[in-house]
Amino acid sequence: MSAEPILKVRDLRVHFEIPGKGLFGKPSLLKAVDGVDFDLRAGETLGIVGESGCGKSTLGRAVLQLIEPTAGQVVWLGRDIAGLRSAAMRPLRKSLQIIFQDPLASLNPRMTIGEIIAEPLVTHRADLGKEEIRKRVQDMMANVGLLPQMINRYPHEFSGGQCQRIGIARAMILEPKLIVCDEPVSALDVSIQAQIVNLLQDLQRRFGLSLMFISHDLSVVRHISHRIMVLYLGKVMEIADRDSIYARPHHPYTRALISAVPIPDPEKERAKERLIISGDLPSPINPPSGCVFRTRCPFAQERCTQEEPKRRTIADGHELACHFDGPGL
Amino acid sequence: MLFFRRKPALISGEGAPVEARSVWRNARLRLYRNKAAMGSLIVLGLIIVLAILGPSFSPHEYDAVYWDRIQMGPDFANQHWFGTDGNGRDLFVRTLYGARVSMAVGLLATFVSMVIGVVYGATAGFFGGRVDNLMMRFVDVLYTLPFMFFVIMLMVVFGRNIFLIFVALGAVEWLTMARIVRGQTLAIKRREFIEAAHAIGVSNLTIIFRHIIPNVLGPVIVYATLTIPQVILIESFLSFLGLGVQEPLTSWGVLISEGANVMEVAPWMLLFPAAFLATTLFCFNFIGDGLRDALDPKDR
Amino acid sequence: MTAVLDVRNLETRFSTPDGMVSAVNTISFTLNAGETLGVVGESGSGKTQVFMSVMGLLARNGHCTGEALFQGDNLLTMPKKKLNTIRGSRMAMIFQDPMTSLNPYLSVARQMTEVLVEHKGMTTHDARRHAITMLDRVGIPEAARRIDMYPHEFSGGMRQRVMIAMSLLCSPELLIADEPTTALDVTVQAQILDLLNDLKRDFNTAIVMITHDLGVVAGLCDRVMVMYGGRVAETGSVKDIFYAPRHPYTKGLLQSMPRLDGDAGSSLYAIPGQPPNLQNLPKGCAFHDRCAVRSDRCRDIPPALLDYGNGRMAACHHEEAAR
Repeated sequence: MSAEPILKVRDLRVHFEIPGKGLFGKPSLLKAVDGVDFDLRAGETLGIVGESGCGKSTLGRAVLQLIEPTAGQVVWLGRDIAGLRSAAMRPLRKSLQIIFQDPLASLNPRMTIGEIIAEPLVTHRADLGKEEIRKRVQDMMANVGLLPQMINRYPHEFSGGQCQRIGIARAMILEPKLIVCDEPVSALDVSIQAQIVNLLQDLQRRFGLSLMFISHDLSVVRHISHRIMVLYLGKVMEIADRDSIYARPHHPYTRALISAVPIPDPEKERAKERLIISGDLPSPINPPSGCVFRTRCPFAQERCTQEEPKRRTIADGHELACHFDGPGL
Repeated sequence: MLFFRRKPALISGEGAPVEARSVWRNARLRLYRNKAAMGSLIVLGLIIVLAILGPSFSPHEYDAVYWDRIQMGPDFANQHWFGTDGNGRDLFVRTLYGARVSMAVGLLATFVSMVIGVVYGATAGFFGGRVDNLMMRFVDVLYTLPFMFFVIMLMVVFGRNIFLIFVALGAVEWLTMARIVRGQTLAIKRREFIEAAHAIGVSNLTIIFRHIIPNVLGPVIVYATLTIPQVILIESFLSFLGLGVQEPLTSWGVLISEGANVMEVAPWMLLFPAAFLATTLFCFNFIGDGLRDALDPKDR
Repeated sequence: MTAVLDVRNLETRFSTPDGMVSAVNTISFTLNAGETLGVVGESGSGKTQVFMSVMGLLARNGHCTGEALFQGDNLLTMPKKKLNTIRGSRMAMIFQDPMTSLNPYLSVARQMTEVLVEHKGMTTHDARRHAITMLDRVGIPEAARRIDMYPHEFSGGMRQRVMIAMSLLCSPELLIADEPTTALDVTVQAQILDLLNDLKRDFNTAIVMITHDLGVVAGLCDRVMVMYGGRVAETGSVKDIFYAPRHPYTKGLLQSMPRLDGDAGSSLYAIPGQPPNLQNLPKGCAFHDRCAVRSDRCRDIPPALLDYGNGRMAACHHEEAAR
């Protein structure tokens, strides 16, 4: 792992305008991603966790410029690509790829597996002949654990796990440097989940990939990530190395998330100490003042309603956005 | 209600034969099981074969006038199987020539409307926003034009011409097609495989032609099969009004119009072309229904 | 203890355009009063269809045979009218998506009081008061005000609470929960599981928890039934299943779970292969082509579900040999 980050995201914001109610209603602003910073090094996996509506998927798409960021910088290999036009973006797409949550929906039902996996090659490598493309597609199919003779089949003939392998093959065929994985295993059965997680780790080792692994499942994220970022209402709550965040989570939200994950062990599960937070996610259109988490935080105080906590470093590589140092610990 | 989703056929084993079961092939298999649609397809095939080959079996030409056999009933001695019309022309040959014209108008006008409608609707739906608004308001404006008035104007300005009928019909029929395709496109462009194509860097034009259009084709084909009889009917109606094809060429509409005038004294002049028209319309409708069932997205 | 639900030799088939699908193959189990049974399996394991059959909610192309005795009465052969009264008051089902069973056009108050007036003969006034108590009980803040809201005005977690309150209105003897927390966020899932644990204690309701998540089962259930390919692979107490699994599928499933208390750096154990196709189940054991210890016998002969004592049953030739 080299020290210099290949991706630097600085104060990234994505705001959506929501049309007002009625004819003369004022449009309101949904701040899906609101001031996110992070670095990603080559060969590293950054796990991005949070509940639905925390902006994690929007963040992934904003990094790839599939959604135009409202403000902030996305520095890819030293160049700010935020807001680049699609023509200028096109050559960069070779090294930036994405894998989706719903494996079947991410594949065009009218195309064969071969055509789907070949599409990036056809788009970016006009110099390659038909035979060469076919060969590369079949090699990649073997790499992701698909039988190469399935090349003429259609997506609906495959199970969820196999469709996800097809999606991975399509993302990998140009040998990208970064893949955004948007909940790639949450639609899959447990026994298949492990296959896909292992495949991603294996590909990462072999090709030196960097991954942004977006998930709501903290146990999967823990397995695959080197560092973990916790998002809540579009803001970073805590970011740290895997071991330190799971061993000593400082933010009350991180602790609530970790303690909410059921452990498949009846004695441990029934005996474990839990921090259950009440209520639901507040509306991102009208987020709470001060610290966005304060409405559900068991340790919230007067200060939290007035002042937004600044992100600060509490240990080497461990950053926290909370006024207190691990309240209640 | 909850219903049981079929698991896709899973693939296992080495060296399995690489036979692709595309979505189209599955639909075709389902269509084969639909008796009404398959029957209609066969009948329609027979009508088309008859229209192409039929006239060569008859000794008569479609414009040959027999002054001695005016408005005669079916007469096998002279090989007038369907009788003759008011000008003494053979009705069998004329009905089949009418079939050629009616079918050609139906197929061509539908094809024209399909091409325009699909490209226009997919473009509007894909780009969305202001482009979509502008393009679809234009369609709305065209919708408000009275169609008959439009056709009569064309005829008056350019004279009667079979080519003009295609243009006029195509120009009207594509509007609905464009609306259908736009709606489908709006739904499809939110699917993840479109986002995947954007992420790969595929150009907008390629996305429309490679990813969107093949996926809207199902409903388009269904609508097209239902448009063909509609177009044949409109052409018949135009001919009935005297705005259709030019004599001595004929169409089913023209024949029915002539037959209707003399149906009390020469019912065969109405019955034969009307039977052909009705059968054809039924066939297209059954095929359209069958296709809709076969391509039903719920079953995919 | 008496059995609330006693299912014997249940078979469920669906006829589809592409042939017969055997979703449930000869399943038997009993559920006692106050007991919580976890039903675990992957999608297509038949776990939901077992209870759809029991509830008489099969899709039109489905057909089931066997017996499902609810307090001694066979649900599968019962007249529709009698089944409806039982379904409304003595057994209830909650689904992954609460919106499938809530009417979006009626207020929650209307939907809840209707059940009580219909099945319990309460007056509207009493019914409303009871409904508010119940909403309060499942943790809906300001229940008296919220009861007049419509389903779409609640968040996902709140909607699931409303669903649970509704299903508990007539104090059913049996509650079937089909993946009730799968669509929810983890923090909300934890809230709902806590609630179910409380209700189990307070109401002594027998609960069936259908889920794919072994973690959910570990915290909530007394007994577990693991299903694979429409058959029962293994049943037993929650401790037996987690600490001494007998079936290779259960073992594999437990090992392939990424867990917070395990070793983070190691790679996960993955069961190879794909789940079986119900349209074309293998002749022998449904799991044999993914199994590490398979033999020829597994390929040819389906293993019988054998009793190992203490409510412990497993269907595996290798366990049988080791017995």
